[in-house]
Amino acid sequence: MLKEFIKGLSITFKHLLPGHSTTVQYPKQRLQTAERFRGLHRLVPAHDREKCVACYLCPTVCPAKCITVESAENAKGEKYPRVYKIDLLRCIFCGYCVEACPVEAIEMTGTYELANFKRDDFTFTKERLLK
Amino acid sequence: MLSLSDQPLWFLVAMLVKILVVFVVVLLIVAYTTWVERKVIGHMQTRLGPMETGWHGLLQPIADGLKLFFKEDIIPSEASKVSFILAPMMILVPAFITVAVIPFGPDIVVGGYVIPMQITDLNVGMLYILAMAGLGVYGIVLAGWASNSKYSLLGGLRSSAQMVSYELAAGMAIVAVFMLSETLSLKGIVAAQMQEFPIAALSFLPNWYIFSQPLAFCLFVICGMAEINRTPFDLPEAETELVSGFCTEYSSMKYALFFMAEYANMVVIAAIAATLFLGGWDGPFPGVINILIKIFGFMFFFIWVRATVPRVRYDQLMYMGWKIFLPLALANIVITGAVVVFW
Repeated sequence: MLKEFIKGLSITFKHLLPGHSTTVQYPKQRLQTAERFRGLHRLVPAHDREKCVACYLCPTVCPAKCITVESAENAKGEKYPRVYKIDLLRCIFCGYCVEACPVEAIEMTGTYELANFKRDDFTFTKERLLK
Repeated sequence: MLSLSDQPLWFLVAMLVKILVVFVVVLLIVAYTTWVERKVIGHMQTRLGPMETGWHGLLQPIADGLKLFFKEDIIPSEASKVSFILAPMMILVPAFITVAVIPFGPDIVVGGYVIPMQITDLNVGMLYILAMAGLGVYGIVLAGWASNSKYSLLGGLRSSAQMVSYELAAGMAIVAVFMLSETLSLKGIVAAQMQEFPIAALSFLPNWYIFSQPLAFCLFVICGMAEINRTPFDLPEAETELVSGFCTEYSSMKYALFFMAEYANMVVIAAIAATLFLGGWDGPFPGVINILIKIFGFMFFFIWVRATVPRVRYDQLMYMGWKIFLPLALANIVITGAVVVFW
């Protein structure tokens, strides 16, 4: 018993020596997220508008049913999403919408600081997603 | 014994200064032990501990103190109010008054007057410490009972059972020291440890009782840790499974008083262990520094053990106290007695 006790003490003492701490001083110091990290979504812009063609594949594949799309046609006869909303309170950040998109109009960014004060602030509209 | 009014004025002044200095120093050690504990345990668990308030969180104890003063102080509606308020003090006061008999250094001579570096030298000093340490149990039982909560009551009873059983073993362990030093006065015990080592071949060693009584030393340190409820014996509060035990209903500064008492007790146990077994203020440096180094060494050890071993179960605790430590301490007394008589 004594041997194990001393062994345990030596292990904790080794950790006491400088250079072991792994704490990240978060707001002052941030870690780089991995490239394939799935954070906040982003609608990819193309020239004057979003790339999205309102094909409804992303709300269909979404397991959390958090994406709302309403399609419309513009003057040139191109389909575009009149409404594109993601309810982040429901979203599980699975990335299926990104995989499903045929035109690569939606992608996931590294943004992970998504806290907010009001429920409404978690609804990301097209304008916010394009930023 | 001379009454206090017979003493010259300088004696009374020196007395008051000594009391003040010792009280403030113990308070400071208590405050900063909380910081050291969080830092050391933090680093042992590969994190940093407090970092925000002051350099490496150095002002954290002050911030904590301020916060605790301004927190809401809740007294349960059906609680026995007087006992509820009295209980934390009943734990804190014995913790502080035991420091009175611990010698911190050799006598100093100021202008022809001899001032002992000790608040008072009782000829039954160690007995006084044991008696005062025993009073802390009342505070715990009272806190549990006064809270008007079943958890607190049971927690208080458990804790008192724990403290009593370890007090016995700790008390028995240090009897061997009295047998060797032939005195109960702490000053006398320190003086006895400054003599030559009794075995001629080992005379290069100081006559510290850690060398002649290693078993008693181990027993006293372990039982001391159990008595002051340090991890791995922190069953009174065991925050995960018992929800603080006897102090469940306490909040704000009253809750903090329990913890001040715990840390003050740590200082006391460290000081007693240093005095009884490590020669007190005897050592290579000027008096006071020696005992401070020894106290800090023990405090560090207590914190270190806390970071290392998991909490024991209650039945294991009782088993160790009554069936291992107490018999070992008794056997140690018998052997020491035989050696003292027949050597």
